Amino acid sequence: MAEVVSLYARLVRARVRSQLQYRTSFALDLVAMAGITFLDFVAVLVIFRNVPTLDGWSIGEVAFLYATSAMAFALTDMAIGHLDGLSQLVREGSFDLLLIRPRSTLFQVMTMDFQLKRLGKALQGLAVLVYALTLLDLAWTPGKIAMLVTMILAGAVIFGAVWIFVICIVFWSVEGRETANAFTYGGNYLAQFPITIYDAWLRRFLAYVVPMAFVSYMPALFILGKEDPLGLPGWLRFASPAVAVLTVLGAGAMWRHAMRHYRSAGG
Amino acid sequence: MRVYWEIARCGYQRYAAYPAATWAGVFTNMVFGFMRGSVLLALYAHRDEIGGYNASAALTYTWLVQALIAAIYIWGWRELGDRIRSGDIAIDLARPVHPQAAGLASDLGRALYHLLFRGVPPLLVGAVVFELTMPQTPLAGAAFVVSVVLAVAVSYGFRFLYSMAAFWLVDIRGVMVASAVVATLFSGFVIPVAYFPEWLAAVAYATPFPAMAQTPIDIFIGVLSGTEAAGALAMQAAWLAALLLGGRVLFAAGARRLVVQGG
Amino acid sequence: MIEAQELRKHFTVTARRGRLRRERRVVEAVRGVSFTIEPGAVVGYLGPNGAGKSTTIKMLTGILVPSAGSVTVLGMNPTTQRRQLARRIGAMFGQRVQLWWDLPLVESFELLRHIYRVPANRYAKNLSAFRDLLDLDAFLDTPVRQLSLGQRVRGELVASLLHDPEIVFLDEPTIGLDVVAKSRVREFLTQMNRERGLTVLLTTHDLSDIERVCRRLLIIDHGQVIYDGEVDQLVRRYGGECTLVVDLEERTEPLRIAGTHVAKMEGPRQWLRFDRTETTAAQIVAAVSGQARLVDLTIEEPDIEDVIRRIYARESPTPVGGGAPRLAQADPPVDA
Repeated sequence: MAEVVSLYARLVRARVRSQLQYRTSFALDLVAMAGITFLDFVAVLVIFRNVPTLDGWSIGEVAFLYATSAMAFALTDMAIGHLDGLSQLVREGSFDLLLIRPRSTLFQVMTMDFQLKRLGKALQGLAVLVYALTLLDLAWTPGKIAMLVTMILAGAVIFGAVWIFVICIVFWSVEGRETANAFTYGGNYLAQFPITIYDAWLRRFLAYVVPMAFVSYMPALFILGKEDPLGLPGWLRFASPAVAVLTVLGAGAMWRHAMRHYRSAGG
Repeated sequence: MRVYWEIARCGYQRYAAYPAATWAGVFTNMVFGFMRGSVLLALYAHRDEIGGYNASAALTYTWLVQALIAAIYIWGWRELGDRIRSGDIAIDLARPVHPQAAGLASDLGRALYHLLFRGVPPLLVGAVVFELTMPQTPLAGAAFVVSVVLAVAVSYGFRFLYSMAAFWLVDIRGVMVASAVVATLFSGFVIPVAYFPEWLAAVAYATPFPAMAQTPIDIFIGVLSGTEAAGALAMQAAWLAALLLGGRVLFAAGARRLVVQGG
Repeated sequence: MIEAQELRKHFTVTARRGRLRRERRVVEAVRGVSFTIEPGAVVGYLGPNGAGKSTTIKMLTGILVPSAGSVTVLGMNPTTQRRQLARRIGAMFGQRVQLWWDLPLVESFELLRHIYRVPANRYAKNLSAFRDLLDLDAFLDTPVRQLSLGQRVRGELVASLLHDPEIVFLDEPTIGLDVVAKSRVREFLTQMNRERGLTVLLTTHDLSDIERVCRRLLIIDHGQVIYDGEVDQLVRRYGGECTLVVDLEERTEPLRIAGTHVAKMEGPRQWLRFDRTETTAAQIVAAVSGQARLVDLTIEEPDIEDVIRRIYARESPTPVGGGAPRLAQADPPVDA
């Protein structure tokens, strides 16, 4: 296990080193990333210019949801955002090369790239978080701080697992790659808002199928000290890590299924 | 004229060759349509009307954005920039048709395919499931179609223009990203320009971006009608002319530079 | 070392007919391939495009699961023991890059070393040996994307052997290389086979690769093995006709000698075609001397390309097993 971790670190270091070779270009990319994603928040600001609250959530609270989900998504995007290129790998037949190596194909795919410049998206999220916290004036406890860190990390894992799960579609249809976006970028979009604004079926979907509700909404209820109009049990607010583990198991199973299919149906 | 028709047909076929990709795109568009629609509806719990849009208009706006997004192709277009960087543009210079005119014909062909296969399905689904605001008169419908064609052309004019940077810069990614950021926000793709604070809306209308999406959408919904609509169409045409002209000028300068310096 | 028994692979291909209808066809890419490869063998794997070569190789390396039949490589089942097998085999695909594009070549080696868990001292020993043999010093620190094709191929070859595999699968390794580079690669492979007992399975369209490097040849067509035998036996047994080119003192009538026919005449020179199994060059020379004054002569061997083309043209539904060289049909008629 330790050996795998150190190999991962080594592979990531090699990628990052080659990206940092061009300092100015990297810095510009970082800023650009932050800029593009900030647009989403501008949209949120524009919304709140027109209404005082969104289903009982103030701008500070929605900004908090936005920031935490954005940071979680950015971390995942940094580490495995390159999975979008998996379709090309499969189409060109280069995926076969991974099967010749004595390592898990999923591990190899995950370590193929690491885009440090996407950190810009995380920094933008951090800036919005600071903005949210200044608006909110919360009473911080060690528990809440721990929850804040946990929700971002667990959120990143959930996003990652969902990403891996949906990208497996390329092993059945290379052209179907874009459907994955609906779940990954779409999921990130939905996590920016309190799930109470969605229809019941969508809420349930976000809780039990693509568990975006556990990326931002549930943990936020705890940190912000809000009542849950849906009346869900209180302990669910702490369920993010468990949900993260479940999604990882699901993603692993899906990948194995995809590998069985690929190896019998051919490239 | 025949040449342009053929080029447009090729543009159409290039995308028609991948139906699975189109269906994947339609699925994603519809998912986003539902999502953004849900968020907008939550706004209307408090107010009947925001920025001149009622709830139905806001939903229509959301679905139109999803229907038009593929056809209008606001970001990610790097074909021309890549051709200039690699020097392949030299081949185009030798052709009897100007690259801008050829590119516009090809893009219109592509846009037709996307309008038919990634535009109509989401719009139909949206209209069936929700109560959308449809064009009130056949004339409005016709004006909408004209506006969409102009919007695609304006988008192409803009894309052509920013691709010109490739003649001078090593890596046009920065220019592309910056244009994508600005274009996406000001075209109304993220949130209607009508929702913007006045100062920001004024800035938006000083750019060609609203002409790429907001204008046709407003004509469809009926926010712009009668003489206002005619004026909006004229404005789109004016932006188109300006962008195409600017593009031609920069292209001539860039081509000169290329020829002088060698590939 | 490699045992393939009645390997079969079929694919279901869906093709679109018109607007909406879809037609599903079953394509049988490999139809009962069997062979055994001993340790230390250097085997060429040849066949027309679409014959089933890559499909077979994929089944041997664990990339594809056979539809029927069995295969063991180094005693392991490639399907269920993919990773274990991967540690002991190497592979190189001539047209696909397995090195890290943006990194210096040596860093790719370092990364592979860790992926394959090669102990430090063995890695150092291998690397220095390969550096000498393939002259890598000049470009070890160059990013892979800046390497010439010849340099990249050398790098890929090293990459496939760094972990001391027992078998290496090479798919068109010399494609696109110039004459010098090809020769280098071939010498390297021969040396590795000789010094380290490396078993080599080489898929190629280049017949010089076969002649210079391989000792054994497997020919596959339409999913079946149609030839399995030694390379040097190939020409001797299936070469068909040889040509004896005789330079006579003066132009004469076409020579009539039993077992030959005159294929061409140019002034005093005549091309006499004969079947090796019916007569010998020595007999013909004696007969010629009896009829005319012989000034000079040359023997033209059949070209391996010719031989193989003829083999492709005579393939039949009956497959061939391993062992003694034989074709599916009886020996061919004399005329090609």
